[in-house]
Amino acid sequence: MEESIAEPKPLTILIADDSDTDRLILAALVRRLGHRVLEAKNGQEAVQLFQDCDPDIVLLDALMPVMDGMEAARQIKILAGERMVPLIFLTSLSEAEDLAKCLDAGGDDFLSKPYNRVILEAKINAFNRMRLMHRALSRQRDLIRERNEQLLQEQEVAKRVFDNVAHTGCLDAFNIRHHASPLALFNGDVLFAAPFPAGGMLVFIGDFTGHGLPAAVGAMPLAEIFYGMVTKGFKGADVLREFNQKLKQILPPGMFCCGGMIEADFKHNQLQVWNGGLPDGWLVRANGDLELVPSRHLPLGILSSDRFDDSMDTLPTEPGDRLLMLTDGFLESRNTEGRLFGDSGIRWALESRTVSQHPFDAVLEAVKQFSASAADTDDLTMCSVEMVDEVGISIIQDRTEPSPLPGPMEWHCEYEIRERTLGDFSPLPLLLHICMEVPGLRRKSGEIYTLLAELYSNALEHGVLELSSHWKQSAEGFDQYYEERRRRLSRVEGHFIRFSLSHSMTSSGGRLRIVCEDSGSGFDFHNHPILNEDQRPGRAGRYAGRGLLLLKRLAESVTFHQQGNQVEIIFDWEVAGSSSNPASSHRQ
Amino acid sequence: MAEKPHLDDEALAELQDVMEDEFDVLMRTFLNDSRERIASLKLAVSEQDAEALAHVAHSFKGSCINIGAPHLGELCRAAESAGKEQQLAGVPAIIEAIEAEFRIVTELLQEFMVR
Repeated sequence: MEESIAEPKPLTILIADDSDTDRLILAALVRRLGHRVLEAKNGQEAVQLFQDCDPDIVLLDALMPVMDGMEAARQIKILAGERMVPLIFLTSLSEAEDLAKCLDAGGDDFLSKPYNRVILEAKINAFNRMRLMHRALSRQRDLIRERNEQLLQEQEVAKRVFDNVAHTGCLDAFNIRHHASPLALFNGDVLFAAPFPAGGMLVFIGDFTGHGLPAAVGAMPLAEIFYGMVTKGFKGADVLREFNQKLKQILPPGMFCCGGMIEADFKHNQLQVWNGGLPDGWLVRANGDLELVPSRHLPLGILSSDRFDDSMDTLPTEPGDRLLMLTDGFLESRNTEGRLFGDSGIRWALESRTVSQHPFDAVLEAVKQFSASAADTDDLTMCSVEMVDEVGISIIQDRTEPSPLPGPMEWHCEYEIRERTLGDFSPLPLLLHICMEVPGLRRKSGEIYTLLAELYSNALEHGVLELSSHWKQSAEGFDQYYEERRRRLSRVEGHFIRFSLSHSMTSSGGRLRIVCEDSGSGFDFHNHPILNEDQRPGRAGRYAGRGLLLLKRLAESVTFHQQGNQVEIIFDWEVAGSSSNPASSHRQ
Repeated sequence: MAEKPHLDDEALAELQDVMEDEFDVLMRTFLNDSRERIASLKLAVSEQDAEALAHVAHSFKGSCINIGAPHLGELCRAAESAGKEQQLAGVPAIIEAIEAEFRIVTELLQEFMVR
């Protein structure tokens, strides 16, 4: 507390009494106590003096001419506002009703005639203590209010910063439904979604232990990592591993993040899911069947990297299947009787919904009806990802902002990975990243990634490992294929895959040339059915029909060299609008 | 009801202590105030204004109590009650008693001031 309550300090005391005799006596008594006295002869003078001189305590006669003490008391209390100015009526009134009127008008106490100096002193001291206490409390309340406003403002700014980091997501895609409080960040909940460069999307829902700033601080790097890695083509497992490592590094012991990673592959119609510490996810089949997706992992930020398991469960799906994941706020919602909503509440909501109702709406509605107050839903985060036809999803745009710089236009690079690294490491994110430095290619990230991925998997699986894609045509062969792949990856001494990337300007944009060479023995491309248009595509040797067709569809040209172990692809891009790319306008 | 004394010596001694040099000023103020109030009481009676009578008598009573003139205060209380009850018939007699008592108090106080 800033000032001692006990410390006797001279006060300014206003005395209002029309009787000169009484006023003289009281003023003398108050002065004797060491205080400064202001004297008024009626209510009006008292109000005026109060306004001008700001006294600490007011002693007021009830019956006065011009303006009586009651009215003066009312006006003085209004002028004082939130300040506590003790107001003591001077009275020889004895009727209970009259005394009550004084209190109703705002009086705090009475002092009766004849004035007794011991009682007067005790009252002044008591009211001064109360006044100081009130002032200290008011100041502390103002301080708390001010701090709280400041905190809310800071949260608002922090949220804007966070939204800028996280805004590139595709949470608004038509196949995603989500619910999160506007200030979910400070509840410790996060929700990210982004499309992969080569199709499909990744969604993350997380729930940090704790609330407020500590939880929000943990969420920031996750957003950066998530959007950064997904744009570069990293998969869910890679992102999880990076999340875990980062959180392990930055979070204090005892703090962690429960999370669910959902990787939707619309091409192969499957979901890959990782649940670490969140409540059961619910896969709602198009036909209404329910399957649980339970947590099989510890939350993020607990295990060290070498003990962390990033393996995701694969769920084969059909278009129309929906996966629901939610934070434990849902299960912990309580009704007025204190009963928990729980897993059974969610199951009930999903099973009793009408056919046309979205499972997401069913659960949200059920929890809103269940919980005691609407405010409870502020702590809930939920998202639903629906499997859709691949064609339908292609309209989801990667909203990454184009860089304002023209970027590198004339360049060449070679990147070769060798031996053991062939099995351990994917060069695709790195290569894509290099290409994405060219602003004109950024809009084509999906195509470039597909080209690189197709070239790389062919070079590795068919070129270096000499696996036959025929095997993959039967279920038995499929297993054999992957078993063989694993076995052969351990014997890659002397092998390599080399990418040569060149980029140059053209009159209408740019040309990317990708050459992928491997150390394998090649194949007879001269007699490949797809490369010889008169033959029907089908059982080919090294390139399965689909992969090669894809390359031919995306690229300007596909050429095989040497004994078939070197593929050259030309990819041309054009400036979207004549003036949108500064590189093309002044460098031609 | 036992008759109260003309002056409360103890109260006066304390006032003397509190007021110091201003004690005489206080006494003169009281005497002037009282003369005005007696005039106001008479006016109220002649105008049959019971409310004004009660008001003036109330203030007068407070000052008497404060100054240490209990008997005069008691007479003022009687006037105040009569005013409140709108019974003005007996008031002229009360005012006469107030005037008589005031003369005594004045004499006694002047003695007190000389001391």
